[in-house]
This record gives sequence, structure tokens and C-alpha cells, in this order.
Amino acid sequence: MRHRLAPYLLVLPGGLWLLLFFVVPMVTMLSLSLQEGDVVNGYVLTGHWQTYVDAITNYRVQLVRSLIYGAITTVLLIVAAFPVAYFIAFYGRRRKATFLFLLLLPFFVSFVLRTISWRYILTDEGILLGPLKDAGLLADSFHILGTPVAVILGLVYNFLPFMVLPIYVALERIDPRVVEAARDLYASPLLAFRKVVFPLALPGVFAGVLMTFVPASSDYVNSAVLGSSSTTMIGQVIQSQYLVSSNYPTASALSFTLMAVLLIGVFAYARALGTEDVMKVAAR
Amino acid sequence: MKILRAYTWLVIAWLTLPVLVMIVFGFNDTPGRYNQTWDGFTLKWYGKVFALDELTRALVVSLVVAVLTMLIAGALGTGIGYALGRYRFRGSGTINLIMFATMSSPELVMGASLLTLFVSLGVGLGAATITIAHVMFSISFVAVVVRARVLTLDRSIEEAAADLGANGWTTFWRVTFPLILPAVGSGMLLAFALSIDDFVVTNFTAGTTTTFPLWIWGATRVGLPPQVNVMGTLIFLVGVLIAVGTTVRSSRVSRA
Repeated sequence: MRHRLAPYLLVLPGGLWLLLFFVVPMVTMLSLSLQEGDVVNGYVLTGHWQTYVDAITNYRVQLVRSLIYGAITTVLLIVAAFPVAYFIAFYGRRRKATFLFLLLLPFFVSFVLRTISWRYILTDEGILLGPLKDAGLLADSFHILGTPVAVILGLVYNFLPFMVLPIYVALERIDPRVVEAARDLYASPLLAFRKVVFPLALPGVFAGVLMTFVPASSDYVNSAVLGSSSTTMIGQVIQSQYLVSSNYPTASALSFTLMAVLLIGVFAYARALGTEDVMKVAAR
Repeated sequence: MKILRAYTWLVIAWLTLPVLVMIVFGFNDTPGRYNQTWDGFTLKWYGKVFALDELTRALVVSLVVAVLTMLIAGALGTGIGYALGRYRFRGSGTINLIMFATMSSPELVMGASLLTLFVSLGVGLGAATITIAHVMFSISFVAVVVRARVLTLDRSIEEAAADLGANGWTTFWRVTFPLILPAVGSGMLLAFALSIDDFVVTNFTAGTTTTFPLWIWGATRVGLPPQVNVMGTLIFLVGVLIAVGTTVRSSRVSRA
């Protein structure tokens, strides 16, 4: 008897915490998005779907922009991370752990502080652009801060290790003899890469996309620190609707829309790749 | 191969650049709070690191919340991770699903939904609500680390203990627990790191309380004082030392 109860007793405290502070808040938020009222007089559940219609119409631009930034960031991440993961997995030898440690080094500095540090580096007369402008290599009017380029650079910077690691794990598992076999069968290095290495690395790429696309699209720190009013992302809108205007129903509706869109995107992506492996990785 | 090596080092340099800038500008002899141009080398900010009361208080709040998160999430996450790794039971699928959901939901949405809960319950925001939120998103990470360790545990060691007359309780505390302790430790370190660095969820659940990342965020518009660079550098060094220390120790243990 004691033995059969043991797993439940072990799970209970943590499970309760997750139920009370993850599941219940999500339900509260969904319900609040369908309520009408204000902070002072309280809210009444009226099933007011119009909030969703209004919120999406008003903030369509920011929502679409966030998804586009998220998608561009994810594509750049795959391109930037793959060679690094490939090098460490196949040529890292005894220094694999050292390389991985160096990649993770920036994480010992606060996310906000690192992003602000980029602002100092990229500022118009800062340590990067200042000397280049003094040397006449750049026009005085040239600037990076406040542009989409700065925001996407910041996003790529902050999420790069989350793409390198899963791809590295997938590549690390590849038996080198499989690649040798392909070469023995007269595959060119490029063909062996395309037909053998890359397909085997795909689950890692998928895990990387899962770990980066959602946080990148919903990020509001990079856009707030490195961007301008023309790069406002949906995260900033939600943040200010909640914390500045206390417009809870609209903010809740936007949060839910964002989460729904991201989840649909992730699943559509999984279906498009269509492999069993990919779904297994996602389920893990 | 040579190109790949050069590229990898370039990426590492790019990743480290903002960290170096942060460290270097902690030694900047800047006259005011405008710490963006180099005005010569000084060590004075290290002497005045705790000179800004609000910043120091924010750092203390961050540390207290992180230690509490580490302990609570460590205990609760270990329970879940051990149960999932050791037993087959009804509802384990649901737990797995919820854990996956907490790890893949946008932080923004988790923070926002907690805010709606606290607001609708009329709970005052502060260090307690920050801790509740941090424990919530850390539990799953601890559980995953512990579960992985429990799954790879050699059951025959526990059977040997039972054969030698140890009861279930003794076997757990004398044999099983020491074996999973490294995983519990790394899970707790992970929880601490997640907590002390968190900005997004904290921003929603803090109210008027300030943590280290929140203080930095609030001060960005007026300019960051060099003390922030100094504290950032010290946290960086402590983190790196702990990481190097545990890696060296665990590689020694695995070699022995």
C-alpha cells in the first residue's frame, strides 16, 4: 500500500505548485480576456469576444512584426549555429567541453545587462561606430540602434547558444562510420553532408527552433533596449497594456492570441517536416 | 576545417564581447553616471560597490529570492523527478505534459497570467510573489535533471543494500539519495541561475519591489552607474568559479 502511494506523495507538492501557479493562472487569464469592466469596479464575465477582434485589429502590425522578427532570427540562428555545432562535434576532440563552456560563458551575466551592453557598443558615437566614423569609413548619419537590424542582432545574440547546443547534441550522436560509409560509396563530401549528416541533425535543429522561435517572437527586452518605436514588438504592447494602462482584458486577449499563434506555428512546422523523429523529439 | 575553426572562435568572440565591455567599463574613471566613453583606469568603483543603497537592496532581494527558489524548487522538483524516474503511475503523462508546457510557454505569458491571478485574488505583489513565480518555472528544470539521473541509476546497487538487510528507508537515504545528489545539486544550481537572471516574469510579479535585473532595466534611461558593471563582473566571476569547480570535481569523481 505504502509503495503504491509513494509516487503520488512525491509528486503532490510540486504538482500542486504547478497546478496553482501555472494551470490556474492560464485559466484565469483566459477568463479575464472574456470579461468586461475596469480595475476599480471589478470585472464581469460576459463572453465578450469583441475584445479579441479589437485587440488583434489594433495591434496587428506589432503581432505580425514579432512573428517576422522571430522567423528571421530563427533562420539566422540555424545558419549561424550549424557550423559551430558541426565544428565542435566533429573536430572539437578533447576540447569539446571547453568550447561548450566558452559558448555558455555570457550566461553568467544577466540577460538585461548583456543586451544593454550591446546598446553601449552600437551607440552612434560608441566604441564601435565612433572610431569608424572618425576614420571616415562611415557617414556621420549612419546608425544601427533603433533599426530592425539592431533588434534582430540582439535576438540572435541572446539565443545563439540555445540553437548551438541541441544541434551539437544531434551531431555528436552521429557515428562517424556512417559518414565514412557514404564516402566509400562514392558520395562527394557535399552529398554525404546533404544526404547523411544533415538529415541526422534535423531533430537537433527542430529542438533548437522550438527553444528559440517562441522566446524570440515574444521577447520585449531586445526591442525595448536596441529598437525604436518603429520596431515595437507584441511583447512590449502586452507589457504596457498590463503594467502601464492596466487594461487587463485586452492584455490577456493579446497574450492568449500570441501563445495560440506560436503554438500553431510550432505544430505546423512539425507537420511540414513530417518526420516521426521530429514529433518524438517534441514529445520528449 | 580551418575556416570552421576560425568561424567558431569568431562566434565565441562575438558572444563574449558584451561581457568584456561590461568588465572593462567597471574600471572606467567616469565622472558621472554616463558610463559610455573611456575616461581612464580606476579601481575606485570596486571600493564604492555598495554605495548606491537602492541597487544594493535590489541585489539582496535577488539573492534572497534565488536562494529560496533554489531550496523550494530543489525539494519539489526532486520529488517529481524521482517519482517520474522510478515509478510507473497514473497521471505521470499529465505531469510530463504540464512540465513541457511550463518549459516551452513564452515567459511573457506565464508572467502575465500570474499577474492576472494575483490581481484577481487581491494579493499584494512583492518578494513573495516573485519567489512563487520563480519556483513555478524552475521546478520542471530540476525535475528533468533529477529524472535523467534516476533513470540511469543501477538498480542492482539498491538490491545489494536490501540483500544486506537494509530496509527501504535506510536504502533510500544511505544508497539512493547519495547517488542522485549530484543531479539534485545541479538542478538546484540551475534553479538559482534561472531565478537570479530572470527579468520577464519578475517584471510582472514584482509590483514595486526591485530585483537586480529590474533595477538595471529601470536605470537604463538615466544611464547605468559603474557599480552595475562591478556587480555584474563579480556575479560573473563567482558563477564561472562555481561552474569550473563543479566540473573539475565531477570529472575527478567520474575518473575515480
